[in-house]
Amino acid sequence: MSIRDYVTLRVGGQLFGVDAARVHDVFHPRGLTPVPLSRTEIAGVLNLRGRIVTAVCARRRLGLSPRPADAPEPLAIGLEVHGDSYGLVIDSVDEVLKLDDEKFHAPPGNLPPRWAEIIVGVYQLEKELLIVLDPHTLLDAAHLKAA
Amino acid sequence: MMGGQRSDPRPHFRVGHSVLTGCKVDDLIAEFLTETAESLEVVDSELVKFEANPNERKTLDNIFRLVHTIKGTCGFLGLGRLEAVAHAGETLLGRFRDGKLEVTPTAVTLVLHSIDRIKLILNGLEQTGNEPDGDDDDLISQLEAMAEGREVAIETVQPVQVPDRPINADIPEVVIAEVKPELERTLRPGEVSLDELEAAFLAAEAPDWMSDPEPEPVAEIKAEPKPEPKIEAPKIEAPVAAAPKAEPVEAPSGALAAALGDENGGIATTQSIRVSVDVLEGLMTLVSEMVLTRNQLLQISRNREDSAFATPLQRLSTLTGELQDSVMKTRMQPIGAAWKKLPRLVRDLSHELGKKIDLIMEGEGTELDRQVLELIRDPLTHMVRNSADHGLEPTEERIALGKPANGQVKLAAFHEGGYIVIRISDNGRGLNTARIREKIVEKGLATRAEVDGMNDQQIHRYIFAPGFSTAAKVTNLSGRGVGMDVVRTNIEQIGGQIDLNSIAGQGTTFTIKIPLTLAIVSALIVGAGGQKFAVPQTSVMELVRTGTNAEHKIEKINDALVLRLRDKLLPLVQLGPTLQLEAATEENATFVMVIQVGERRYGLVVNDVLDTEEIVVKPLASILRDVDIFSGATILGDGSVVLILDPNALSERAGNMLEEKVEESAEDAIAESAQGQKVAMLLFRAGGGAPKAVELEHITRLEHIEAEKIERMDGRAALQYRGKLMPILNVADAYGFKEQDIQPLLVFTGEGYAMALAVDEIVDVVEDFLNIELSPDRPGVRGTAVITGRACEILDVDHYLLRGLAEHARRQPAQDLITEAA
Repeated sequence: MSIRDYVTLRVGGQLFGVDAARVHDVFHPRGLTPVPLSRTEIAGVLNLRGRIVTAVCARRRLGLSPRPADAPEPLAIGLEVHGDSYGLVIDSVDEVLKLDDEKFHAPPGNLPPRWAEIIVGVYQLEKELLIVLDPHTLLDAAHLKAA
Repeated sequence: MMGGQRSDPRPHFRVGHSVLTGCKVDDLIAEFLTETAESLEVVDSELVKFEANPNERKTLDNIFRLVHTIKGTCGFLGLGRLEAVAHAGETLLGRFRDGKLEVTPTAVTLVLHSIDRIKLILNGLEQTGNEPDGDDDDLISQLEAMAEGREVAIETVQPVQVPDRPINADIPEVVIAEVKPELERTLRPGEVSLDELEAAFLAAEAPDWMSDPEPEPVAEIKAEPKPEPKIEAPKIEAPVAAAPKAEPVEAPSGALAAALGDENGGIATTQSIRVSVDVLEGLMTLVSEMVLTRNQLLQISRNREDSAFATPLQRLSTLTGELQDSVMKTRMQPIGAAWKKLPRLVRDLSHELGKKIDLIMEGEGTELDRQVLELIRDPLTHMVRNSADHGLEPTEERIALGKPANGQVKLAAFHEGGYIVIRISDNGRGLNTARIREKIVEKGLATRAEVDGMNDQQIHRYIFAPGFSTAAKVTNLSGRGVGMDVVRTNIEQIGGQIDLNSIAGQGTTFTIKIPLTLAIVSALIVGAGGQKFAVPQTSVMELVRTGTNAEHKIEKINDALVLRLRDKLLPLVQLGPTLQLEAATEENATFVMVIQVGERRYGLVVNDVLDTEEIVVKPLASILRDVDIFSGATILGDGSVVLILDPNALSERAGNMLEEKVEESAEDAIAESAQGQKVAMLLFRAGGGAPKAVELEHITRLEHIEAEKIERMDGRAALQYRGKLMPILNVADAYGFKEQDIQPLLVFTGEGYAMALAVDEIVDVVEDFLNIELSPDRPGVRGTAVITGRACEILDVDHYLLRGLAEHARRQPAQDLITEAA
């Protein structure tokens, strides 16, 4: 039995989790420079303390409806994939949860392909399900193309 | 672990750390590998030098010491197989050293092969962390045989002349395991190893444009009894019997040693420490950030009058600049590092082909960024091989033609204005113009009529054209021909240019011009579709102002936009619409940037030219790599991120409308500069330091005006000049104008606008050869040249013209500032 830390976050009302060890920082994505001709998931590039970070919109990546106009300012979690810095733009960050491996389940088989690929598994929390995302496939160019 | 490798449809729980695909290589071994790889490169070229000049005691000592060190370290690390090979090699070298054995090409070949074997084992070691399985008894017994047998033979046999035929043909008895020299690092995905490249190269027919109709030499060599890769230990007597036939060689490459001579024994005395590349890259990033922060600070302080910060900030600014230079220097490596393998390559080729070839290298010390160095290593090797193999005639043919028997391949490198120029020349047969002409027509690259109208140089350039190379049908090399077009693509990818000059019967010279570094480039910041973009200045030839009031107007042919420029039609690409940022309309167009990519020239239409800035190029994240139109991104002084446009990809995206070819391209200048003509130069002083000079032809007019007349606004200066406002720039930004008295000005005219450069004193007008020798240490200077006995800095007029235009654009975009050209 082992315990694992997850940063939990919300996108379009759904609760997601990312392995806390993978999350570098949480920030407001401001000063975005759009990248013309790029895929719709790409929100733009920005300067985060001297690093160039590519912001990817989680809603679009997951095929959810766009953020409503009156929604509060979005947040981004900083992740590193293949040595590149990314910011996954999400609605809000909840808390860091310690979860037991025993409560972990493989994702159900009836997920849409776009989701099945980027989900590592599911935790059954008391109130709701926590979907664990895999930052690697989430932000990998090859998977993005296939999606 | 690659994210893409997970093919298992049932995702499993993933642990936080990744597992390396190979075994983890122990630190000690890793260090040993780096060190040994370096030593081996030295041994390679030292051995060739040694073969040419067996009496050179120092060279032999050096080789002996290196091999000895390798052996020692192997023993220490418990690498038995390596140790055994190194030991046998050392024994043989020891014999040479004691004078008990004479140096023969056979013996040197054998030692070289044992070096190759060591490299092979090292490669295995690097990949798996263990010595690969294998048996070296064959090689070792040969080495021992050579060491012992020779001792006996030495007193009895008379030396004989080395025959003109390939050495291999003389010693078929010595069966030597074939070991390919290996790359020191593992290949990256999509990369092709040098071996494969060369294999493909050999497999391909000699490109027939290179040669007269006899490509036999290559075919013959291939037919020769090649040593088999796996063999029984050969009879010891065989090499012994064969060896005496050869002799303390009158080497086939005498001049080679001379060319290498000045590098002698530098290793022991160099004071250096080994720093990992990661640390250097880290430093570079930090300094880049510091430069950006400094730029931000400078921008803030410019807007404040009082500032007590001004002086210390100025100092900080200078220091940051110096720090940046120093760190850049740590990334610099002499180009000789990319040439180390060439003596060996040429020596082997020389033996294989039975040609006598001298390799001459000049300017090995010329430094360039290690990143650039890595990128040109393979193209250079390929071209040298090409020259030696196809460029040079066989020895008999040379003699018949009354040429010196030894063919010559010459490599030269030098700095010129922020670039490094590399020349690869041979004194062989030159390109076969008639055949290339036929081929162009045959391949449909141009019509017969077009070809007939071209001069030789234009015809020759077609060997760089995609689809020209004869090797096009070869192999598994990702379906591409290994030809000059690949070389050209590689060079252009790093912002370089390649050109050639060939004279029938006298030889061919390739000239490559590449930027010294890719990390920092000067860029123009332009606006299009409400967004800012950076364009590398190297590809911008000129800026043209267009619009309703301007002299130049954009016109339409069908739907394609063109610009009439000096009686030629320039095809245009509109940046905003191409990036889908705005609809295509002529109204938005204010500037056309004339961009040259290879032989293509086109105009990039932008709304605004905002600034010039030195930018630090950062690669885009891999998720954005499919947007090929951007080559990277950078952070500007104001902290915003801008994308860097790739002029090459832009021209491709813009499609087939770019049919316009440049007739006499600017590249001709490269070829001409070697001969040199006297040029009228204006000498002047400005901003202290060395006197400065500029070609007189660039200057429209010299003016002396009263200093009070200069108007200053917002930190910039301008002058009412012929009814218009003309911006005045300074040679050095930090340096102010004269407050009173007379201010001398050099007036330059760009495409439809004028600008002036303030100087301290105009010294003289002289005529002299312009031979730029030293590279510049800052933008705006092309380099240093000696003019009438004085070292002068040569001004880069284009740099100031672009800045002048940016000033125009920035200050009053609405007002027409055009001055009539004189």
